[in-house]
Amino acid sequence: MSEQQTITPAEPAPASETAAPASRRFDARALLSGSVGRNLGLILALAALFAVGAITAGDRFTAIDNILVILRLASIIGVISIGMTFVIIGGGIDLSVGSVMGLASVVATLSAVQAAAESSTWVVMVFVALAVGLAAGFINGFVIAYGKVVAFMATLAMLVAARGLAEILANRQTQVVRVPEFQQFMNLDLLGIDMLIWIFILVAGAGWILLNRTTFGRRTVAVGGNREAARLAGVAVRRHTMYLYALAGLTAGIAAIMILGRTTAGTSTHGTLYELDAIAAVVVGGTLLAGGRGTITGTVFGVLIFATLTNVFTQNNLSTSVQAVAKGVIIVVAVLLQQRFSGQNTRSH
Amino acid sequence: MSGISKAFSGVQALNGVDLEIVAGEVHCILGQNGAGKSTLIKTLAGVHAPDSGTIVWNGEEVALSSPQDAIDLGIATMYQELDVVDGLTVAENIFLGHELAVGGFTRSGEANARARRLLERLGHGTLPPTREVGSLSAANKQIVSMARALSHDTKLIIMDEPSAVLDSEEVKNLFRVVRELTTAGIAVVYITHRLEEIREIGDRISVLKDGRSTANGLPVGDTPTSELIRLMTGRSVANVFPPAVPVPGDAEVLLDVRDLGLDGVFEDVSFTVRAGEIVGLAGLVGSGRSEILETVYGARRATSGTVRVKGRQLRRGSVRDAVRSGIGLSPEERKSQGLLLDEPIYQNVTLSSFARYARGGFVNEKAERRVATEQISALQLRPADPDRPARTLSGGNQQKILLARWLVNRTSVLLLDEPTRGVDVGARAEIYALIRRLAANGDAVVIVSSEIEEVLGLADTVLVIADGRVLSTVQADQIDEHRVLDLIMEGTAA
Repeated sequence: MSEQQTITPAEPAPASETAAPASRRFDARALLSGSVGRNLGLILALAALFAVGAITAGDRFTAIDNILVILRLASIIGVISIGMTFVIIGGGIDLSVGSVMGLASVVATLSAVQAAAESSTWVVMVFVALAVGLAAGFINGFVIAYGKVVAFMATLAMLVAARGLAEILANRQTQVVRVPEFQQFMNLDLLGIDMLIWIFILVAGAGWILLNRTTFGRRTVAVGGNREAARLAGVAVRRHTMYLYALAGLTAGIAAIMILGRTTAGTSTHGTLYELDAIAAVVVGGTLLAGGRGTITGTVFGVLIFATLTNVFTQNNLSTSVQAVAKGVIIVVAVLLQQRFSGQNTRSH
Repeated sequence: MSGISKAFSGVQALNGVDLEIVAGEVHCILGQNGAGKSTLIKTLAGVHAPDSGTIVWNGEEVALSSPQDAIDLGIATMYQELDVVDGLTVAENIFLGHELAVGGFTRSGEANARARRLLERLGHGTLPPTREVGSLSAANKQIVSMARALSHDTKLIIMDEPSAVLDSEEVKNLFRVVRELTTAGIAVVYITHRLEEIREIGDRISVLKDGRSTANGLPVGDTPTSELIRLMTGRSVANVFPPAVPVPGDAEVLLDVRDLGLDGVFEDVSFTVRAGEIVGLAGLVGSGRSEILETVYGARRATSGTVRVKGRQLRRGSVRDAVRSGIGLSPEERKSQGLLLDEPIYQNVTLSSFARYARGGFVNEKAERRVATEQISALQLRPADPDRPARTLSGGNQQKILLARWLVNRTSVLLLDEPTRGVDVGARAEIYALIRRLAANGDAVVIVSSEIEEVLGLADTVLVIADGRVLSTVQADQIDEHRVLDLIMEGTAA
């Protein structure tokens, strides 16, 4: 049989209708409803924060060094937020990423693991952290997809259990990284930008490609947009759901490596409440909590907005409590702006 | 209303439509899906503001900039998607938006009493005002919706396809209520696909086609049905069902279902479908006909029996195995089971096949758009823009997306569950012709429809089903609608 069947039309379609799609490319409104328009609120918010920072803190804020501080601050939450974006677009939620990250940092710095790393290569620590994240993610995904447990509950259970397991393994001690090659790698500086930021850029880039250019991304949108339609169209919905949580776990593992590089120690308290920051960044970035719609670009902006906000407050010596209030306001305002700009394009009929 | 125009995102939904409604009449609005009926009533209800044109109410020109404006004038609307809140009681729903309250405290006693009076007026005094609406049937929800419309000082009620969710007995009651309303001087705008309903209830008819008025206020009694169809479609539909093509006896058996059963739903269902053959399942709602299709497809896990496609046995309960073997299902609920409403047409068309166009896991949007565009022109899908979200299409065109999905997926066995539900007369004829041509191309087709006439008109072979059992398997040309109904009655009684 041929690649596809075509059916000859009973009568030719009117010419005016077939010509319609051509005009799409030159339409200025189409551009505005595209990626620029969708993220307009976020771009404006980030620009406003920069303006506030530049006015109140002057050169201290706009210095290249400070911009790097902001990016470094954004990088770890940023990596977790990329994984979270996939889970949320796929119609789920993952509350466990922060504590999985803590667990991965603890397991990767166990003396046995470090001894193995010292006697062979530092990459062992990286693999262990990734494996722990991936395994926790697969457990989440399996329980949710095949055990039919609500994602909120399944990942809440993982949040509690992973944190507890990390405490047991670390005996509530801080485990210092003793592998110099690992530290050397994490302290590498390419083109004046340090490793943490490079990892964030790589993960965000890979996430963008995965979501927009691959069958994995297409399945994610289908599963989150209409689960039943995806199932009846032959998409392996359950398997894909499991993969989404495994991906979120993997990003938690990457984040664990990053926090080890930054703090030079693994502890069970790493990543506490990171899940909430990540969810906030994803939602502020325009991803629908109900699933089916969202962008990596938006999430990156969301992360940058929160990191910039923190930096502006620190530069002005304001307390973290004031900062928390401002964060809350930002979340609401950003979501309102999102609805204003995207609502006209999708909801008009 | 005169000269109403409205465009959305560059699409002209309404183009100079005129409509005149007098007190106490039932004014029917007829038109195919996408003709602009919904846009027209939303304009009248104050949801959309017209780009041009005027609305004159009782001799005065009015601007309806919000639904509240329309309600204040006495225009109430009952939307197609029932707009009641399941978690609230009957009375709370009726007074939703204008609660009876003193200083912010609701007066539930008074509300319940007034709700009861409204329900009595609608002939449903037995419906308790304190009952939660979520537990009511679709028909009763509609009564609640109608009571809400009457709770305002209403002079015009717009009903958007009210009969779509009702069975024939409930439709009779609806008509009785409509007649009482018009006797009281209230005008009713009634929107429907069903021509026979217009005959029964309508006083005058206006017809829309492609956003223009093709007829305005024709008296129902003097207008023949053929004329209405011509006004709606722009052509005369002499023969709705395309002629059957005889299936050669040696044609390959593509689908072979043996002793299929699903505990408590149906049992011992056996049939075969040859290349080029259309098999119809005729039965009433609840007979198990949709469940049979879903089980063949693997969306439900069979408890007994086998399904073979081209001789190869399918794994039970595996949709993926079915799809890979060349089966496609167009589900009963198009929107909730078939489409990604916010995604573009082309992604909906390739939802089952995008992985095939992909290379190394990377999707090939260019190729997907190309095949979708080919299908759009082959199936005459409108609007012909592969990037338009599926949500914005009419029912008939959404149905074509689902057909296109399986056409691009090398499907050889098509299972169609209610392919013309919510599709109007003109688009139906197109879909019938499409199904016929698919069979002529060598596909095997199984069709389920609640309209027995449709099954008999399209199918070569008919399975009559009642209570989850196949009562009879006959050639479609050797049976008629009466005989099918007789069989069902006998079968159910036995």
